[in-house]
Amino acid sequence: MTYIAKPALHHPTLTKNKVGYTRRDYEGRISTLCAGCGHDSISAAIIQACWELDIAPHRVAKMSGIGCSSKTPDYFLSASHGLNSVHGRMPSCLTGASLANRELLYLGVSGDGDSASIGLGQFAHAMRRGVPMVYIVENNGVYGLTKGQFSPTADKGSQSKKGAMNIDSAVDLVSLALQLGASYVARGFSGDKAQLVPLIKGAMRHGGAAFIDVISPCVAFNNHAGSTRSYDHVREHNQALNRIDFIDLAPEAKAEPGAGELLSLPQADGSLLHLRKLHAAHDPTSRLAAMTTIQTLQQQGELPTGLLYVDAQARNLHQQLKMVPGALNALDEAALCPGGAQLERINAALR
Amino acid sequence: MKRIESTNDFVIKFANINGSGSASANELFARAILRMGVPVAPRNIFPSNIQGLPTWYELRVTEAGWLGRRGGVDMMVAMNPQTWAQDVKEIEPGGYLFYDSTKPIDCGRSDITVIGMPATAICNGTYEDARQRTLFKNILVLGALAELMSVELAAIEQLFAEQYKGKEKLLDGNVRALHAGASFAREHLGQHQVGLKVKRADQVGNRIFVEGNAASALGMVYGGATVCAWYPITPSSSVAEGFQSYCKKLRSTEDGEAKYAIVQAEDEIASVGMILGAGWNGARAFTATSGPGVSLMTEFLGFGYFAEVPFTIINVQRGGPSTGMPTRTQQADLLACAYASHGDTKHVMLFPEDPHECFEFSATALDLADRLQTPVFVMSDLDIGMNQRLCEPFHWDDARRYDRGKVLSAADLEAGKEFARYKDLDGDSIPYRTLPGTHPKLGSYFTRGSTHNAQAVYSEAGSDYMYISDRLQRKFQTAAKIAPQPAVRAAEKPTRLGVIYYGSTAPSMDEALASLAADDIHLDALRMRAFPFPQSVKDFILAHDAVFVVEQNRDGQLRTLLVNELEIDPARLRKVLHFDGTPITARFIAAAITKQVHELAVSPKEVKA
Repeated sequence: MTYIAKPALHHPTLTKNKVGYTRRDYEGRISTLCAGCGHDSISAAIIQACWELDIAPHRVAKMSGIGCSSKTPDYFLSASHGLNSVHGRMPSCLTGASLANRELLYLGVSGDGDSASIGLGQFAHAMRRGVPMVYIVENNGVYGLTKGQFSPTADKGSQSKKGAMNIDSAVDLVSLALQLGASYVARGFSGDKAQLVPLIKGAMRHGGAAFIDVISPCVAFNNHAGSTRSYDHVREHNQALNRIDFIDLAPEAKAEPGAGELLSLPQADGSLLHLRKLHAAHDPTSRLAAMTTIQTLQQQGELPTGLLYVDAQARNLHQQLKMVPGALNALDEAALCPGGAQLERINAALR
Repeated sequence: MKRIESTNDFVIKFANINGSGSASANELFARAILRMGVPVAPRNIFPSNIQGLPTWYELRVTEAGWLGRRGGVDMMVAMNPQTWAQDVKEIEPGGYLFYDSTKPIDCGRSDITVIGMPATAICNGTYEDARQRTLFKNILVLGALAELMSVELAAIEQLFAEQYKGKEKLLDGNVRALHAGASFAREHLGQHQVGLKVKRADQVGNRIFVEGNAASALGMVYGGATVCAWYPITPSSSVAEGFQSYCKKLRSTEDGEAKYAIVQAEDEIASVGMILGAGWNGARAFTATSGPGVSLMTEFLGFGYFAEVPFTIINVQRGGPSTGMPTRTQQADLLACAYASHGDTKHVMLFPEDPHECFEFSATALDLADRLQTPVFVMSDLDIGMNQRLCEPFHWDDARRYDRGKVLSAADLEAGKEFARYKDLDGDSIPYRTLPGTHPKLGSYFTRGSTHNAQAVYSEAGSDYMYISDRLQRKFQTAAKIAPQPAVRAAEKPTRLGVIYYGSTAPSMDEALASLAADDIHLDALRMRAFPFPQSVKDFILAHDAVFVVEQNRDGQLRTLLVNELEIDPARLRKVLHFDGTPITARFIAAAITKQVHELAVSPKEVKA
């Protein structure tokens, strides 16, 4: 974090994006997280992704649960409405908000304790429902706000700062998301912004349930020898499956890509996700292949990152419910109320 | 033995086996009597089970129009061997027992008239299909009873015609079974054995016959609810199912697109989380649940109260605590709902008395939630929710506009209207809000359950907490003014006694008041329609020496609320409590109040040295 408040004044020469905002328009309040916290890097990546995608800040609804991660929506997109809900229950609040107005972009930010412990049920059901959202878990494997207890994503055998050994198996959220039906599943590392920003951009344009697990070391309680979520450990064991580019509303590539090298996936909104496969063996359009790759690498002690799976044709909750276009919260009496004459007919049928 | 002789005033009870298909035949019997212009009041008494266990349908035929339970049974239609002994015992002396005499049984009572009809044997001889044997047995019995009690067969036939329109095979089969039953009764049972008769009258008027849950669902449609998230729980499930069904018919476009969203959530926590999210985002949203669901929802209820987010909960109460009696009725969630969640929280509750008010209050709750920016409960119960009640028809004034509360638009913000999310700008302690996505630069804020200042910024300052907390308390006083006001009815004669009651107790209370007045016990009556209580409730209590508080729970929860919220001397409020899970009866209320009135009239005993 920085302790120096940024001046409200924006430099007049700052570059503006297509919707007229500078990068600074996407910032929020000053972070209260520890200096060096991976979560702040994720906030920066979100800011960059939104700016680059020309998303008007006020058209984003940012929602979270409880914990260090869940504080972060206050630190970006200050022109957006935010909701810091109760522990682990961000997905349900976001689902309801999304049903009320499908015209906004919903960004759910959560932590490993928030999503993999108390909120595991809500995480699971949001994925299987196909709630159109970007669900980012800032995963540090530790409870930071309560000072260092293991979270459910901590690896079995890893050590806490106080030297305790974790005896429980870890919850692997990307595997779960895949199994539950998420249609965009990725893992990033807060220390690898070059990979993370396109992953977020792809998720924002996906239009279905997009999940990104971001390994985000906790400098205060989980950045020591023995931790498998420390900066050093993650850097040493990161297996980047792919690097992606995200091109917004770009024309489709005319040339056929070289075998196994470049994959262009049209997204729900017409944009293109360009995926350059570093591991020729990984097919990100196959749910089964993604599961296999993740399990195989994890058995080897490696942490696969990148876009693990995407279903570009996924149907989301709004489509499944056959909801009318536009926002439900904007419908008025004329659209919603069947009227007195209809009620008389209903009365007649009840006699 | 003197037989009970009565026309248009008796109680008939059907003892059946859950899942045997008896429910629709029983309902047909009730509806046929209604079509003859005679009011009826039915009660389902059923187990927490799908098939096999005992179930009862108690039907009060009441030309006088009393819609509560009377108590006692004049005719038992005993079709369940499992409960035979209990059912026989329940019949009033001089009453009647109708049973399936395929296997004749001696009931052991000489003070009742026993009528046996070998219904199973007849069906076994008529129908080859096992399912038909069971279903048509119910219709056969219905035909026999209609014949014995002078219920017009034409009225039942007309109901069949409406029910099986376009399904002629089913229609013919049912009509044949009905007439077969009637013929059997004519030829073998002797019509004059039964002194309970139905005679055409003109006492129903334009009233409708409907369950409270269906009415609540329709109220939500008319009130403009667009998001419903729910988790199945008895006895509330039919609210959400009804909403789905009505929306499909009334809220879909020609292309079949939905102007609503319904999600069956994974649990009650998620269901309330969804409607909170929807309410935060400006949609009218509700869930329906019962006591155990409310228990799970309490964290979000505190959040909704403190962060000031509108949503509505229909609580169809059942017997508690814990799993309690899932298929029995109580009014035992008042305290749990009034103060749900930790810390100093208070929630608005509405108390409908019948389906008519279930409809009205559901729509009103949506308005109140938006106006007050807070969760609002509609406190129904199983007795209203899952029993058909005769009530005034639903009414909707097309000039009525939804009260969306204080929501600032982009134009308001552009015009320079002051916005501070949690600041009281109008003196009614209700702040203004903006909806996500409203304006590119103005009006955004961060909603949180943690302490915040008037500008919605996180704060740990005690003064900020005090400001918000005091304002919420004052907002509650505003709620008392705009929520439905109590209905007060003066006794025919001046009296120093009063009675307070609410919700499903109302029909029994009406009858009990008349019965008490006939015994020269006069009470002014106040029917509570909402919490918080307005000043008029305190005035009513203080105007009487003693006030009976009639409710269906063990601990006198409304009385506790009255004492706590209005700072009433507890000695003024006398408990009349009914909590065995069955709907309260007029007889019970009258007896309990009479006993206490007599005690009040007794001078204190002399204290001996």
